[in-house]
Amino acid sequence: MASEGTREDEVAPGWTIIVLLGLALTALVVAPYCGRQSIPFAALWGGGEPGQVDILWKLRIPRVLMAFLAGSALATSGMTFQAMFRNPLATPFTLGVSSGASLGAAIAIQFGWTFALWGLSATSIAAFLGAVASIALVYLMTARSRNSSTTMLLAGVAVSFFFSSMILFLQYLSDFTRSFRMLRWVMGGLEGIVSFEDVWHVFPFVVSGCLIVWYLTLELNLLTTGEEFAFSRGVSVGQTKWLLFFAVSMMVGAVVAICGPIGFVGLMAPHICRLMIGYDHRWLYPATFLFGGALLVICDTIARIVIVGELPVGIVTALLGGPFFLWLLLTRQEDLDA
Amino acid sequence: MRNLNTNIVLEARKFSCSIAGKPILREVTFQIRRGEYISIVGPNGAGKTTLLKAFDRMMRGEVSGELSICGIPWQEWKQSDLAKLAAFVPQADSRVMPYTVEQFLLMCRYPYMSPFASMHPNDHKVVREAMVGTGTLGFAHRRMDTLSSGERQKVYIAAALAQGAHIWLLDEPTTFLDYHHQDEILSLMALANKEFDVTVVAVTHDLNHAVLESDRIIALREGELAFYGTPDLIMKADVLQKIYGASLLLVDHPKAKLPMIIPRMTPEQDKELAKWRAKAREKMK
Repeated sequence: MASEGTREDEVAPGWTIIVLLGLALTALVVAPYCGRQSIPFAALWGGGEPGQVDILWKLRIPRVLMAFLAGSALATSGMTFQAMFRNPLATPFTLGVSSGASLGAAIAIQFGWTFALWGLSATSIAAFLGAVASIALVYLMTARSRNSSTTMLLAGVAVSFFFSSMILFLQYLSDFTRSFRMLRWVMGGLEGIVSFEDVWHVFPFVVSGCLIVWYLTLELNLLTTGEEFAFSRGVSVGQTKWLLFFAVSMMVGAVVAICGPIGFVGLMAPHICRLMIGYDHRWLYPATFLFGGALLVICDTIARIVIVGELPVGIVTALLGGPFFLWLLLTRQEDLDA
Repeated sequence: MRNLNTNIVLEARKFSCSIAGKPILREVTFQIRRGEYISIVGPNGAGKTTLLKAFDRMMRGEVSGELSICGIPWQEWKQSDLAKLAAFVPQADSRVMPYTVEQFLLMCRYPYMSPFASMHPNDHKVVREAMVGTGTLGFAHRRMDTLSSGERQKVYIAAALAQGAHIWLLDEPTTFLDYHHQDEILSLMALANKEFDVTVVAVTHDLNHAVLESDRIIALREGELAFYGTPDLIMKADVLQKIYGASLLLVDHPKAKLPMIIPRMTPEQDKELAKWRAKAREKMK
């Protein structure tokens, strides 16, 4: 590490990005053809039986695209929060977003709201609002006082417990059907994605959020060294943080509204990418985007194939990612301080 | 940008600052000219760091009065423009920084970079010069958090150089350093000041160094400007008594014709010492 020259430093991450790009593209192309129903390649342009074309275009492709968007958005959000709070554990999900979104969804289910807006169900809209509200809560806490990231995490845990107990309270009040719907929502997953419509709902949020984060990679680098330091190097810290919070809340809100809380990708993917490519966000960000998307596509494909009746993808990401992440932690511990 | 050739680079006029109702600075008024070496001294909690940070627009709490940098009120500055002129140099702390020295210094070129654009060759050149100038080239590829305090302080100064700032705002740059590194840092500051016309403003507790290096000294006491003048005028028992509320022992520096502070013993210490000596003498017998 000590003897690496400038040029090697700049070339190596380039290759990592190319490899990750290859991985992501492969996952996107191969995943739609994986499943219990085998489908000929030609179905992509309408070859094969009509049923096969329908399965490919109406079920699998939207779902794979959705998995990629969700994975990328969650990994991006995790990376952003980890850099901004200078804490390896800080992600929107550890700060209470999943419980906020779940509470929103649970309220919508409990009160039987059935209205729809722009093709979005009341449950989705309530979950979106719940997620955005909990991020806003975190933002207000950081903006009002100079809380340390440890305080932030503790507050996030407290908020999570509070929201979770409110969900339990709602479940206690509700009947069996509603209670089961709430529980199933909290598990998260991509089984519900049955059309391109869902993908189009999430797409603008994720793309604009990711572009904002990508535009601010230099600022993220400096924020990693500390807010005062960044400010003295010329970063408008207040404005930058506001933009980042805005981007993250839009992305996470949209993804959670459609897919439910699948949070582990957001914590893990950025760390794995840091170990692969380092802490320079100009490289780390594209890596995280590609890896997060590919990871969720792969996990969701496994969830579709392995068990009859489909496993929620959140379970697969945690089952696969947890041990892998622990292995990385134990073997390369010295590099993981964010 | 307006004309920056003004002779007065930093100016405070009746500048006050209070945090949660507690006044930190009270109607402080002074001017710092271009190329001056200024030390800010005073007891703990006198508002020294708050004042220093204010010149880099790191305001906390409620402020009133005027404060301007190169003749432009602080509110009107854009932070990325100011970063090209002024740099805050923090204490060498132990924060985690997962970047190598070179990566870190390249990041400090932020005010000159645009998003998505790759690094300009000039950025590499400036950073290299900053490392050569501060003697940090030898550990360019070490990670920041593996450096010692002295090495890290030098990198922080290299950051100010890489940034192209000609106003350095240093927060106790030598406090945690050994004599060798203290010497290096002070020489760097003096060199930048004398050779490159850098305006140096340093908060320090080391009055002896302050007196030897500075053109003028600012002393704060409970947020008020207690003294602003040349070093020879501050080194007087009554002035120091007023600033620190402690009587200090002064002796003449053998080379510089300036009084220096040396540690003095409290009467209690003297008694203890006398007792200890008596005991030791007993044992010897």
